[in-house]
Amino acid sequence: MGVQILMPALSPTMTEGKLSRWLKKEGDEVKSGDVIAEIETDKATMEVEAVDEGKLTRILVPEGTEGVSVNSPIAELDGGGEAASKGAAPGADTAMPQQPAPPAAAHGEVGQVAKQAEDAGAVAQRGAARGEGAAKAGEAAAAPEKDWGPTKSMTVREALRDAMAAEMRRDKDVFLMGEEVAQYQGAYKISQGLLDEFGPRRVIDTPITEHGFTGMAVGAAMNGLRPIVEFMTFNFSMQAIDQIINSAAKTLYMSGGQLGCPIVFRGPNGAAARVAAQHSQCYASWYAHVPGLKVVAPWSAADAKGLLRAAIRDPNPVIVLENEILYGHSFEVPTDEDFILPIGKAKVERPGRDVTIVAYSIAVTWAMQAAEALAKEGIEAEVINLRSIRPLDAETIAASVRKTNRLVTVEEGWPYANIGTEVAMQVIEAAFDWLDAPPVRVCGKDVPMPYAANLEKLALPTQPEIIAAVKRATYK
Amino acid sequence: MAQATETAAKRKPRAGAAQPLGRDQLQQAYRDMLLIRRFEEKAGQLYGMGLIGGFCHLYIGQEAVVVGMQMCLEPGDQVITSYRDHGHMLATGMEARGVMAELTGRIGGYSKGKGGSMHMFSREKGFFGGHGIVGAQVSLGAGLAFSNWYRESRNVCLTYFGEGASNQGQVFESFNLAALMKLPCIFIIENNKYGMGTSVERASASRDLSKNGSPWGIPGEQVNGMDVAAVKEAGERAAAHCRAGNGPYLLEMKTYRYRGHSMSDPAKYRTREEVQKMREQSDPIETARQALLDQGATEADLKKIDDEVKAIVQDAADFSQQSPEPPESELWTDILLEEAR
Repeated sequence: MGVQILMPALSPTMTEGKLSRWLKKEGDEVKSGDVIAEIETDKATMEVEAVDEGKLTRILVPEGTEGVSVNSPIAELDGGGEAASKGAAPGADTAMPQQPAPPAAAHGEVGQVAKQAEDAGAVAQRGAARGEGAAKAGEAAAAPEKDWGPTKSMTVREALRDAMAAEMRRDKDVFLMGEEVAQYQGAYKISQGLLDEFGPRRVIDTPITEHGFTGMAVGAAMNGLRPIVEFMTFNFSMQAIDQIINSAAKTLYMSGGQLGCPIVFRGPNGAAARVAAQHSQCYASWYAHVPGLKVVAPWSAADAKGLLRAAIRDPNPVIVLENEILYGHSFEVPTDEDFILPIGKAKVERPGRDVTIVAYSIAVTWAMQAAEALAKEGIEAEVINLRSIRPLDAETIAASVRKTNRLVTVEEGWPYANIGTEVAMQVIEAAFDWLDAPPVRVCGKDVPMPYAANLEKLALPTQPEIIAAVKRATYK
Repeated sequence: MAQATETAAKRKPRAGAAQPLGRDQLQQAYRDMLLIRRFEEKAGQLYGMGLIGGFCHLYIGQEAVVVGMQMCLEPGDQVITSYRDHGHMLATGMEARGVMAELTGRIGGYSKGKGGSMHMFSREKGFFGGHGIVGAQVSLGAGLAFSNWYRESRNVCLTYFGEGASNQGQVFESFNLAALMKLPCIFIIENNKYGMGTSVERASASRDLSKNGSPWGIPGEQVNGMDVAAVKEAGERAAAHCRAGNGPYLLEMKTYRYRGHSMSDPAKYRTREEVQKMREQSDPIETARQALLDQGATEADLKKIDDEVKAIVQDAADFSQQSPEPPESELWTDILLEEAR
């Protein structure tokens, strides 16, 4: 028996088509690549090219036939030699029925639906398994934070610079790239002195072309370098978000684990002061949504130094969301040269028994201030500084809620699908029975950031709002 | 038939056909091009049988471009391209089995079945994908070239993209960065005349794409991408330029794809006569075959190559169906790496 030519599927959804015309007749010699027939799908007319060579011995489906099932034989070739018969599609000789196939594709579809249902079940199961895993990891997180010994006061700005300098000394593959990072010493002076110490090959000024230089940095990371990309603000990372998500975050998975992307994207995130809507947005939710990325948001100078060092050493793409207003604020930072913080662990900044306030970045400042005010009214709030947005330290949060039975989240991001939403949902999943009140979110208002000073103030979470939220959660 | 643009004044004019390849090189090129052709025909067939899903962009007609360029590479060089990538992978020496099994979504594929036709990689062979977003690989390619610059190696990166991507903002951003930093990057525009169904004339105000790098001083050439010898000759010039630290180089390969943009493309935007004319008059494999015969190869010599190629492709097709689907546990792997540096 010769080689059978099968009705091809020409789109992922095609199940049958019309064989509209034969361009070869019985007895013709056929070479691979020759157009032998035309078929009509639901969308268009397509050409069928021969793959195998030989003489067309028999046309099984006459032209004009409608409803020809995909994969049913439409013609036979006299293979004319060993090589050609080897070239037959496996299964074509044996498995394919002589009669036009039953609607195999339809079976296929049913099969597929069943398969999807099965997969969904597997996902759900897997999700549960992951939940357990997270709880285990969380137990470790609940352990008291390592005592790093003596500290000294420094600004967030200095801490970020020191972190980069320390890691660049440690690893020659680490370099910094971005607008104004070298000769200008950083638009916000974060990279002060780095050009002098490390030279122009490792501290690189770029043109104002985020899409191009971000893609370039991602490519460099794929080949084993460890770039730190500074966005002058995270608002500009939108120009490059395709490279961050489609290239940096997904390639490890798409390559079956071959091609990692050890890269840090950092810069100020969220509102500064009076710079209006295009320059005042929080990107925590945007990036935290993406598997394959890690996202951290330091608050204190110690957070900034410890988390940035960890981000640079991490083999994955890490988004470091800084805050411009905090750059000049001073905090105590361990002087130990090896000081580093783990990604994925939150910090209880202030212990309390009555309510858990979860915050990140500058909202930790607001939460701490609110906690002080509340203490005067006899409400003891426990303030958790998330530090890491993804992975989220759900266990530290849940452990706190099991103690306080109440949850308030504070952040400057918009309310819709924000980080507080995720925190609240994870608490509901992990500690629903411990909640004595619905969680309350305090967030930026659901509006683009206005310029006018009074409106800007209104658009961000305010002290009275946080206090009111805590009172709602504590029924006070 | 390379036409110089930017640096014409600096070089001797190159009139007429490219320097022919020697017998051994020609024979290797013929074999490599034929492997791509037969592989793609088989992929088209497996797609037709429903064994390959989703998108499947075939390289048939363009084989001379990757085979000619690959002949210019040294160990450690990189290659990166878009989603029409099967030919590039085979040219870098990646196994036909692993590529075909990825197309069928099996564990034996280069990405364990998790990437598919458009997303395959081999660090070992210097192949960095396989990228599904038009133009994204161009700035990534500049980044691979950056890594060579950073490490002060003499390696170059071949950065392929179609004429459809050639007017993207990030492409020009990458030209600027590469020229500014003198990155060893050969930008290769595979001009197959159609970005999906839109002809280059309808998409690009720039008519001579080899000049697209000229604002940045990037030398460019138009190359007969249907002639493997012409491709290699231009590729050697470009590679020498990059390896000498002179920065990037741009090659516009005038080529043609015989098949549709993807498998589900009815190709109504061009006539069958146009395709047939290219196949009959400019086919890179036929040209190489004729040149081999002219150089004294026998039909029997060629038959031996044909049979070897057929056997490789058949083996790949068999493997791609025998290899199992990835286990369900693979859903959760390769999302993040564990080890910190």
